[in-house]
Amino acid sequence: MRLSYPTNVKIVKVPCTGRVDILLILKAFESGVDGVYLAGCLEGECHFLRGNLRAKKRVQYVKTLLDEVGLGAGRVEIYNMSSAQGQRFSEVAREMTEKIRALGPSPAKKKVRA
Amino acid sequence: MIVANRKTLEEILTMLKPYKKILLLGCNECVTVCATGGEREVGVLASEIKLSRAKEGQEIEVREQTLERQCDHEYIDQVRPFVGDYEAILSIACGAGIQYVAEKYRNKVVLPGVNTTFLGVTLEQGVWSERCQGCGECVLHLTGGVCPIARCAKSLLNGPCGGSSNGKCEVDKELECAWQLIVDRLKELNQMDKYEEIIPIKDWTTSRDGGPRKRIREDLRL
Ligand code: SF4
Ligand code: SF4
Repeated sequence: MRLSYPTNVKIVKVPCTGRVDILLILKAFESGVDGVYLAGCLEGECHFLRGNLRAKKRVQYVKTLLDEVGLGAGRVEIYNMSSAQGQRFSEVAREMTEKIRALGPSPAKKKVRA
Repeated sequence: MIVANRKTLEEILTMLKPYKKILLLGCNECVTVCATGGEREVGVLASEIKLSRAKEGQEIEVREQTLERQCDHEYIDQVRPFVGDYEAILSIACGAGIQYVAEKYRNKVVLPGVNTTFLGVTLEQGVWSERCQGCGECVLHLTGGVCPIARCAKSLLNGPCGGSSNGKCEVDKELECAWQLIVDRLKELNQMDKYEEIIPIKDWTTSRDGGPRKRIREDLRL
């Protein structure tokens, strides 16, 4: 399909969104990213049955943490799409990029010590 | 297990305000099981603290450490080589652990990151429920294995009270009436004769009313 998506989106491959721990998302923010989104399989289509549903709950939890921290809940999202939906993938990448751009850079950017 | 709740980040940040270098201490026992103060929660809290302070432009160094237990001095001793490098210790173990750390490092400020709440069980993944208050004189043999002290809102020894309705407690419609549970269980066990017996007035000196308690096993002492 040769679809393009914004170059600012960096992909981290995981076997399933169920693998994405809360801490992994927070670490990304510590390393200075402005936003994080999970691209999981469609609900009901998880190879591990509930991985994407668990990820959804964790994203919800991270939203509360980001609000507490003061970065704002909007910097983390989860989207569902099948591996056959390349079009949707690039659409989401654009959508999220615009959303984060509107929020501006993370106020914690590049100031965090390891 | 001992169940605790994390304090809000805001409370924690207020306590940490004067410090730039802290040691964050978790515990591998109860607070790990109730997902409040184990290694993972240490990681998440450290991250939250660092992000918040970075946002304010006030960097903070957080050393993460999770001890096997914070209620035994041999484990607390493990941080002795480097504890001096930090201005304060933030502990997310139960209140016993936090205090023991404070006792061992007398010149360090030790701050609580959790509210220690109850002795309880895991009802299901992510759900914990109170079961015991450590009253020091257990009556479970009289009450069908259901604790009237911890589970009845009024700690009645001869219940239920008039507020029990449809098996729920008057304090909260979601709350099961402990005395309903006791009667149900005694019936199941064919022990309703126990319900007929009046449980005498409790001697609360075995509980907190007698002051802090201590247990000594002479044969085990060195
Ligand atoms: S009677 Fe006392 S020791 Fe027994 S479960 Fe209840 S609070 Fe705990
Ligand atoms: S309704 Fe039941 S649990 Fe609630 S206070 Fe009365 S006896 Fe105790």
